Amino acid sequence: MGKAELCSDSARLRPLAGCSIDDTPNITTGVVELGISQNEQQSISDLVGQYKALPGALLPLLHAIQKQIGHVPDAAVPIIANGLNLSRAEVHGVISFYHDFKTTPVGRHTVQICRAEACQSMGSRALEAHAKQTLGIDYGETTTDGSVTLEPVYCLGNCACSPSVRINDDVFARVDAQRFDELVSGLSAEEGVAK
Amino acid sequence: MIFYIPQDTTALALGSEAVARALQTAGIEPVRNGSRGLFWLEPLLEVTTDQGRIAFGPVAAKDIPSIIDALASDPASHVLYQGEVAEIPYLKSQQRLTYARAGLGDPVCLDNYKSLNGFKGLKKALQMTAQQIVDQVKDSGLRGRGGAAFPAGIKWQTVHDAGKDGCQKYIVCNADEGDSGTFADRLVMEADPYQLIEGMIIAGLAVGADQGYIYLRSEYPLAHKLLNIAIDRAVQANFLGENIQGCGKTFHLEVRLGAGAYICGEETSLLESLEGKRGMVRAKPPLPAIEGLFGMPTVVNNVLTLAAISTILAEGAATYQNFGMGRSRGTLAIQLAGNIKCGGLIELAFGVTLREVVEDYGQGTYSGRPIRAIQVGGPLGAFLPESQWDTPMDYEAFAAIKAMIGHGGIVVFDDTADMAAQARFAMEFCVVESCGKCTPCRIGSVRGVEVIDRIVANENRDNNLILLHELCDTMEFGSLCAMGGMTPYPVRSALAHFPQDFLLQEAAGASLQDTAGASLQDTAGAASQETAAQGEN
Repeated sequence: MGKAELCSDSARLRPLAGCSIDDTPNITTGVVELGISQNEQQSISDLVGQYKALPGALLPLLHAIQKQIGHVPDAAVPIIANGLNLSRAEVHGVISFYHDFKTTPVGRHTVQICRAEACQSMGSRALEAHAKQTLGIDYGETTTDGSVTLEPVYCLGNCACSPSVRINDDVFARVDAQRFDELVSGLSAEEGVAK
Repeated sequence: MIFYIPQDTTALALGSEAVARALQTAGIEPVRNGSRGLFWLEPLLEVTTDQGRIAFGPVAAKDIPSIIDALASDPASHVLYQGEVAEIPYLKSQQRLTYARAGLGDPVCLDNYKSLNGFKGLKKALQMTAQQIVDQVKDSGLRGRGGAAFPAGIKWQTVHDAGKDGCQKYIVCNADEGDSGTFADRLVMEADPYQLIEGMIIAGLAVGADQGYIYLRSEYPLAHKLLNIAIDRAVQANFLGENIQGCGKTFHLEVRLGAGAYICGEETSLLESLEGKRGMVRAKPPLPAIEGLFGMPTVVNNVLTLAAISTILAEGAATYQNFGMGRSRGTLAIQLAGNIKCGGLIELAFGVTLREVVEDYGQGTYSGRPIRAIQVGGPLGAFLPESQWDTPMDYEAFAAIKAMIGHGGIVVFDDTADMAAQARFAMEFCVVESCGKCTPCRIGSVRGVEVIDRIVANENRDNNLILLHELCDTMEFGSLCAMGGMTPYPVRSALAHFPQDFLLQEAAGASLQDTAGASLQDTAGAASQETAAQGEN
């Protein structure tokens, strides 16, 4: 890709889903129809300011936004594009390329089941089916109470003790259906305590 | 007595945190070491005693009181007693260079690293010219451990010679260890991160780069945390930053997190991702050594390659070169995973056979059933039937049987594995993870899933088989990188060695259950006679 493309004129691009050409963010007045609060807009702008001088800033910036807000809202795209001197298409293209970046809110806990070969050899296909049935959701979905989002993952590097499940930042080894149920019910129990 | 309880991902996944808490409850503050990679024994509690450093494993929190009692009387009487750690055959028989320090102490403790020969290689490198360092790497015979096995010294020489004097150059560590069955990079980063940092500083000195990046996959949050702590401490101790140890040279190091894309383990898409773009493969040439990160000359090496550098400089090229066979020099980090009784990290000189690894170290399957297939080298590696298990682990020997060693990951499947399902998964994985830049990979994989489905459904089977082989040819020879280029390896090997799972004509009469565990030749032979007539119908 040539450098010229990096600075392509965003006005020539067709609008992306969820944001029209005209909705240039106006931070001072707050743009309610963008679907995020003024605070969120402000923190996105702050993060853009913080990261824009970093070489290859886009991935670290997106991680930072997602950490702060929980996902990367569509409304962040024009703010990022302006700040990093990229087209909105380029920003949208990066967000949609990587599995990690979410454009809508996710559950309070993310549960990932490893689908890679080592885990398959130890029964992860059955575990996946069990998890979907128990939680009543498919991959990419969130339980109705908003507590758990289920996702596939391709390898957690815990292949000597498969099958593996990651819950938020913790990895669990040798997870069978019973262990899965214990782990997931543990999540609701924790929430119960928190309340 | 000092107590050690590991805090690497696998030990934690098996409950080492609860063991640490149980020790604290008993008034003992344990050292949180990295794992030695004997994952079948994790959580492995180690204790320094008069009898040496002894071990108990696998330990649960409830075992702590009885272990403390046993330590006061007769440690060997405890049911979990494993004897002296260094004498455990699984560990003792290994030839550890890169993992010599793994598990010995707190991985982010600089004093611990220094006391175990840490920075010995860097100190030597600081006395050498850039060309002398490059020559050491060339003489060692080290080949890239990421899978492609390109000679590291040649790559470094190219970057050393590239660009004008004073032009910006980069060292990029590929820590996007995405292959299933691999955890060697993770173990280095979690158990001995300074070794990687040291290797990268040496690489910077060798090629004239003052900036390094570790591109780490986001699936490794613990490695991320430990690397950042280690880098901070290395900066404070002036091993990183300006004027390293007063030598006048500068090297900055930063960890960058990927975002869940397998393709970013491919070096050119990794560079695109580091630049903040979609991880799309670049056509080569230009090589990254000439035009790499931000268009500048760049060394892109795997974690294990860079980790090996500190050993090569510390112990000398000749010492490293002495290990191995043929053109595969030094040691290989073999990762034993999947359906295996004793899974873990085994560092050995090249040349050990797959059978030795799986039977002697692995002790067979976890399920106790016979082994059916072994996949080596990640999701793009071939499935090997028993007839190929005596192949020595050497880059050329594996290439000769259309397989690859890759990053050294071994995944074992028992006789319940459905190889047609695995072949389909290989294509499906390519659908999910293709960067999409080239058509053979992007669309070929989608069609591959469909064609395998039709074959298994016995729909126009003969023609679909021809189509699948042609599709594999197109992907192998027409793809820009190994993602599409090697997806046919697991597919073709499954077809060639486990035809009964695809219910091919020769074996259509044999049910999956009947063939499981039976000799493949016998099964195929008997089935082909039985079904010859059916095939004509």
